[in-house]
Amino acid sequence: MKTLFRVLRYARPYRSSLAIGLLGLVVGTAMDMAVPVITRYVIDFVLLAGHHAWLGWLAAAIVATASFKGVFWFFQRYAMAFMAQKVIFDVRGDLYRHLQELSFRFYDRAQTGQIMSRVSQDVELLRRFLSFGVIQLLGQVLSFAVVLVLLFTIDPVLTAVVLPVVPLVALAVWQFNRRVRPKYQEIQQKQAEITAVLQENVTGVRVVRSFAAEDHEVEKFRRVNWAYLEKNLEAMRLRATWFPLMSLSADLGTMLVLAIGGWRTVTGTISLGMLVQFLQYLAMLFTPLRMLGWLVNMGSRAIAAGNRVFELLDTRREVAERPGALRLGRLQGAVRLERVRFRYQPGAPWALDGVDLAVEPGETIALLGATGSGKSTILQLIPRFYDVDEGCVRVDGHDVRDVRLADLRRQIGIVPQETFLFSTTIAENIAYGRPGASREEIVRAAKAAQIHDFIASLPKGYETVVGERGLGLSGGQKQRIAIARALLLDPAILLLDEATSSVDTETEALIREALRRLLLGRTAFVVAHRLSTVRLADRIVVLDEGRIVQEGTHDELVRVPGLYRDIVRLQLAEAREAV
Amino acid sequence: MHPRGQGSGERAPFRLATFRRLIGYLAPYRRDFALASLSLLLVQAALQAGPYLVKRAVDLVTPARAAVQAGAGVPPGTLAGLFEIAALYVLTSLVSWGATYAQTYFMSWAGQNAIYELRAELYAHLQRLSFRFFDRQPAGVVMSRVTNDVNTIEEMLTQSLLTIVGSVASLVLIVTMMLLLNVRLALAAFVVMPILGAAVFFFSVRVRRAYDEVRNTIANVYANLQESISGVRVTQSFTRESVNLDRFTGINDENFQANMRAERLNALFMPTVDAIGALATAVIVWYGGRLVIGHDLGYGDLVAFVMYMDRFYGPMRQMASFYTQMQAAMAAADKVFGVMDEAPEGRDPVRPRRLSAGRGRIDFEDVRFGYREGEEVLHGVSFTAEPGRTVAIVGPTGAGKSSLVNLLARFYDPWSGCIRLDGVDIREIPQRELRRALGIVLQDNFLFSGTVAENIRYGRLDATDEEVEAAARAVGADAFIRRLPEGYATVVHERGSLLSTGQRQLVAFARALLRDPAVLVLDEATSNVDAATEVLIQRALARLLEGRTALVIAHRLSTVRGADLILVMDGGRVVERGRHEELLLAGGHYAELYRAQFKDAVAKAGG
Repeated sequence: MKTLFRVLRYARPYRSSLAIGLLGLVVGTAMDMAVPVITRYVIDFVLLAGHHAWLGWLAAAIVATASFKGVFWFFQRYAMAFMAQKVIFDVRGDLYRHLQELSFRFYDRAQTGQIMSRVSQDVELLRRFLSFGVIQLLGQVLSFAVVLVLLFTIDPVLTAVVLPVVPLVALAVWQFNRRVRPKYQEIQQKQAEITAVLQENVTGVRVVRSFAAEDHEVEKFRRVNWAYLEKNLEAMRLRATWFPLMSLSADLGTMLVLAIGGWRTVTGTISLGMLVQFLQYLAMLFTPLRMLGWLVNMGSRAIAAGNRVFELLDTRREVAERPGALRLGRLQGAVRLERVRFRYQPGAPWALDGVDLAVEPGETIALLGATGSGKSTILQLIPRFYDVDEGCVRVDGHDVRDVRLADLRRQIGIVPQETFLFSTTIAENIAYGRPGASREEIVRAAKAAQIHDFIASLPKGYETVVGERGLGLSGGQKQRIAIARALLLDPAILLLDEATSSVDTETEALIREALRRLLLGRTAFVVAHRLSTVRLADRIVVLDEGRIVQEGTHDELVRVPGLYRDIVRLQLAEAREAV
Repeated sequence: MHPRGQGSGERAPFRLATFRRLIGYLAPYRRDFALASLSLLLVQAALQAGPYLVKRAVDLVTPARAAVQAGAGVPPGTLAGLFEIAALYVLTSLVSWGATYAQTYFMSWAGQNAIYELRAELYAHLQRLSFRFFDRQPAGVVMSRVTNDVNTIEEMLTQSLLTIVGSVASLVLIVTMMLLLNVRLALAAFVVMPILGAAVFFFSVRVRRAYDEVRNTIANVYANLQESISGVRVTQSFTRESVNLDRFTGINDENFQANMRAERLNALFMPTVDAIGALATAVIVWYGGRLVIGHDLGYGDLVAFVMYMDRFYGPMRQMASFYTQMQAAMAAADKVFGVMDEAPEGRDPVRPRRLSAGRGRIDFEDVRFGYREGEEVLHGVSFTAEPGRTVAIVGPTGAGKSSLVNLLARFYDPWSGCIRLDGVDIREIPQRELRRALGIVLQDNFLFSGTVAENIRYGRLDATDEEVEAAARAVGADAFIRRLPEGYATVVHERGSLLSTGQRQLVAFARALLRDPAVLVLDEATSNVDAATEVLIQRALARLLEGRTALVIAHRLSTVRGADLILVMDGGRVVERGRHEELLLAGGHYAELYRAQFKDAVAKAGG
């Protein structure tokens, strides 16, 4: 119910369409009721009473009511479709906005396939229900009520006789709904699981093949595929049992009218025309009840879908801007971490366990430490992709939780270890952070990032489409595009997760030069893997198990025993041996 | 950002071959399908008996009423006749109930099983398709084959197919009943039928086209969404949310407009058909009325005619929509079968040769290869890796290093030349057996959704928990895994940040070690590991290489120096080969590369 009201709230702005739809519905229903009346007069008045001249007029009246009804029907259908499409347009927009804003913690756990299934299949189910489900539901209820009244006016006794059949039909419908509804929810869930298994299989195809694990994968798929089949068959069995039961109970009504109504006609209580009219109305009385089964089924699928959609929409944004958050001007670039504790999941070990760090504007900090020591985590906290559990992160003296997110992130450039390229042109990929950038600016950034020559060598140059549907780029090329992206942003603070060593020497030299330009005049945090990069830093911070264990310049740190000296010695020993 | 999605709303002309192949999936269930069709005929017969029974009631009532009015009293047998009709009515209803159950049951059983088979077969086939196929097809397109296209076919197999049988049956029954009741009136009514049929088909074709456009635009919406989700971290990093939202709104709006065009047509469709149907009813009332007046037709016949007429458009519309559903299903089937007809990667040999319990000797003999026709990337590579020895491959990006790995694992087949494992051409070894003999560690350490233990066990599916943990310990991954919230049972995801890149690599090592292969193929990905983890990895590597033949794309100085043979590649050729010291002394490519690549460390040592 709550879901339904929430959907209706989306429909509020389009209530005028809803009103037109309802008007069309009322008139259309009235016209539907007119035809049996005409039939009755044809039989009683024209044929039995001998007013033969009226036959042509009544035949014409049949065509006239249908045409009149058609006009209203058109407006009803169009208005409702308009409302439904608009609502879906809005829901989809909200979903998109929300998905863009959900925090990293959500995406750490979410599977793209599962999300996509909600945004596509579930929203589509909602649309169908809004577009014709709702109006049909109202229409059927309306025509049921009107028909019931009309039946009474024709013959109250006969109506009283068939009336007990109505709860019988309703019971069948209710039972059907109660049993089948949860099944459809399960079917949708299974469908989503199929998609998820498939998605992983396709993305991980190289690993699957390498380990000759095809049989394992086929078995994994067989399980979800089979579960889907079973759920479908379960739903089918319920449908097969309960669905025809509705027709059966309705037919009992017709039977009663044929026997008792027939007798009352013979005795003259009602006329033949009235009997035929009664039979026609009776069909109209049960159609809504039968339709209700289908509509309720459609409605419950839509509600199940709606639940899943709203669940997604209600996923709390973990990182949310505080009301009246501070506007930030151009940052100086001072960054402070104060007694920061943080973990990715409750119960997980602390990724950062009491980190204090103060960085002056323009300073370059190299972060060193073992895998999982918390280097990358620091990079995630400064742009507030996650909120700290304890302590605080300050930028130019402001707690990052107090400032406007966009103002903060716009001034932080990030070069991640793995570069994500969008399926669009290279130019647009570089200008991702500043869509308004001119071509000159883009080229300048590309030149500084040492990637211009490569781009210029492509047949379509900056207009070359890359990404999933376009040209595949090597790791080194992608990384330089990421550097160009960050350069174009001209950030006050730079976060760099180094991934240089997977490239060959030439490329590496190019990247080194690009990096040098990127670091110039900004506060920078660099997760460094090579000593040469470490040497670009003003200060080195060594982390171990979420704590800062050493801090200082290269010259200071090599003199004291500790993790840093161990690391350096390790690399030196190797190099010396080599020489 | 905004890829143009491939439209999925294509239609295909009816092709007998495709249709037969599709129906072939129903073949094992033809008994069920036949039973379903039979039940359906029964349902229809029971359904169309309704107006006829009403006719009989009216025919019984009319003279009886006349007799009563004339004062002759109720003719004997009237009441019994009415009861008989009522009883028959209930009987038809019961028949219809039972038959509907049977029909639903048999058809769903047949359809769902058929679709299960189709989906399973398609998926299994995907497991055998070559990398060339995946190189060509974006993941989204492959996904869409197994989900959207199969769903479209599912709809046809489980619903539409039976509906059409029912529609045809009811049309035939109605026409027959009309002709039996009164030929003249039936012919008069049929005058309007062709107009009705024409209108139905006129509209459905146009409505269908409009919906194709809807599907094209919705495909764009989904493609955009998919990419937005994949790239969300970048989006937030660069605060692109509002720009993206604007673009999405544009695409969303195109879909809205297309939908409204389709809805407009659809909204015209029903009333038009209704009006034409009313015309037919008017003809029946007018002409039938005249026949009644002339005593050429009974009252009951007239009533039955009007009722039958009412039942005419339902099946008509279903037939029209079947036509379009059929086209959609055919288009989907063409695409699905297109994938199924893709030849699987390098077929298994007709007479496979067994691998002798692997010593692990590898020979490349004058191997030429390229990914795309006309673009050769390996220009005749030959070398031998002796059993138990490590061969390191070095060289700049694009030199062809990864291609060697791809060829040895037989992800691709060479254009010419041959690759032997223990003297047997790998094309003569069944692929499974070949890959079972190899342990492959790729640069990108892909993890499946599942526990850490499951991810390690991927290397050998029947490994016990103890073996999994032993492998993890051997590569030094045990310590950090135990520190995870639920240890080995911790669930990791495709892209989760629970494990760092270095940790993922160690998991991949454990995976390979568990496999205990004779030959190890390693694309070293040292890059992402910090210096401290480096020690861990070097130890793990030493453990991995121990006693195996190894082909390593090396980035690590220690690996290169420890190798028994170094192949220096450049431009798709092996330009130098030998041991570290020999090559350094030779002062060629390797010496240059070595100085460039490792000079930092060397410089450091000096300073």
